[in-house]
Amino acid sequence: MADKQLGDKIPEFGKRQAGGGQAGGLSDMSGFGGGTGARTFWEIVAIVMVAVCVIGGTEIAVRVMEVPQYVMPPPSAIFMALITDFEFIGPHLVHTLIELFSGYTIGAATGLLLAAIITQFPFAEKIVAPYVLMLVTTPMLALVPLLILRFGFGYEPRIIAVALASGPMVMINAATGFRRVDLAKIALARSFGATTFQIFTKIRVPMALPMIIVGLMIGAIFGLLTAVGAEMVGGGFGLGNRLTTFSATLQMPQFFAVVVVLSILGILIYVAFFLIGKKWASWQA
Amino acid sequence: MSEAMGAGDKLVVENATKYYDTKSGPLHAVDNFSMSVAEGGFTCVVGPSGCGKTTLLWCMAGLHDLTGGTVKIDGETVTGPHPQVGMIFQEANLLPWRTLTKNILLPFEIKRQKPDLDHIDRLLDRVGLSGFGNKFPRELSGGMQQRVAIVRALSFNPSVLLMDEPFGALDAFTRDEMNLLVEEIWLETHKTIVFITHNITEAVFLSDRIFVMSARPGRLVKIFDISFARPRSLDLLATKEVFDLVNEIKAEIEHAPSQGAGGPQPTTVKGDRAHG
Repeated sequence: MADKQLGDKIPEFGKRQAGGGQAGGLSDMSGFGGGTGARTFWEIVAIVMVAVCVIGGTEIAVRVMEVPQYVMPPPSAIFMALITDFEFIGPHLVHTLIELFSGYTIGAATGLLLAAIITQFPFAEKIVAPYVLMLVTTPMLALVPLLILRFGFGYEPRIIAVALASGPMVMINAATGFRRVDLAKIALARSFGATTFQIFTKIRVPMALPMIIVGLMIGAIFGLLTAVGAEMVGGGFGLGNRLTTFSATLQMPQFFAVVVVLSILGILIYVAFFLIGKKWASWQA
Repeated sequence: MSEAMGAGDKLVVENATKYYDTKSGPLHAVDNFSMSVAEGGFTCVVGPSGCGKTTLLWCMAGLHDLTGGTVKIDGETVTGPHPQVGMIFQEANLLPWRTLTKNILLPFEIKRQKPDLDHIDRLLDRVGLSGFGNKFPRELSGGMQQRVAIVRALSFNPSVLLMDEPFGALDAFTRDEMNLLVEEIWLETHKTIVFITHNITEAVFLSDRIFVMSARPGRLVKIFDISFARPRSLDLLATKEVFDLVNEIKAEIEHAPSQGAGGPQPTTVKGDRAHG
């Protein structure tokens, strides 16, 4: 039944794309609308059903096999903890977000600026490259104990760690973008009398934008990772600190509730940059 | 080589020589090349691939500096990009992140001038692309993209058009179509056009005068004046006169002495007889 319905819609969908003329516009549009509706509907059904199977299956498996709660609490318990204990999680989410935003803003801005400057001077790039590579490959978490010694258990060591983790990621990707020179496009701008600055803003930046967006996304995700890691090292607040606290006290539903919050945060970052990329870098596809 | 310079010459190249610095030493691209282009004339430069045609054109446009010699437009030596010059590049060279309208407005953004939107609309209409303004380059065929590039070059009304193998990447049918369009536009606007190509048939079809360039380093081999009546039709390409002329030009290129200053010289130079 379902298959037959889909099978009826797809050719109509294809026909609309191939035609595109004005004569059949009205009927084709309705065909398109119907097609999209059915597609989305069945897609949603499939997605919901798989989700129900995964979560429900876990719930049943955990209960039937009597898995101890400190190994894996049932999803329903995690969900309940997320709601009833959110007052114990929410403030820490705010702390983590503050660290992430401050550190990321500093790191990303510095990374972008350095990438833009350094790619203009190949010699400078050669000098700086090994240090950037070191910053990219060294886990910045390693510096957190040292930073705590110097700055104490407040926001500072975490913000610095986030900036140090996200900045080089943004920089290395943005630099790749800025290095993409298309001589013909620069010659085009020059033929209209463009200045070096105009070539930068009208040609180099738009050309680099897809890579810049990728760098900003990777930088944000590395920033989140580092923020949570730094919180686990020391200091009495933040989602990372909650993870260590809840696991130390065997509050596993609450522990997993924090994990769920973190993955939602990560997904939101990804979706945000996906949408930005769709808007500003879709010309590349 | 002793080209007499008339009073009506719009663009004059005198003893142009160009070396590029490369890792394997200086590369001699253009050697003592002189040419003059009459105001409103349609001039082609033909030569084998890699002979320095594009280098010569970029020097005319002020994008590259000559090692020796001068380029003059309206009697003034060219030292940088010239406001009276519009360029059309190999492939369309549109910015893929901009819509067609935004691509056409690029010169005005850079020159900080107010665009004449009516003029641009008329040009788009002229090349058969009215209503396409909000499309992106990737949504168009190669020929359509090159039409947009023509509109972009004409949009700010330059008096000289420099065209760098603009139709080299197009299929033969589209190329014929574009050649007809370029001739029509030239007859309507009387721009001074310098058109670079390795396609001899294309050069014969389009130009009043052909400057034949040798293999690298590019030297002037011979000048041909082409006097077929305008407007020309594609049927012209099937005539014996054109056939003989194309072969004569090809022979000139093949028999040009190539005393190489830099790099190995090709022993035979292939003309491009496949097109046209």
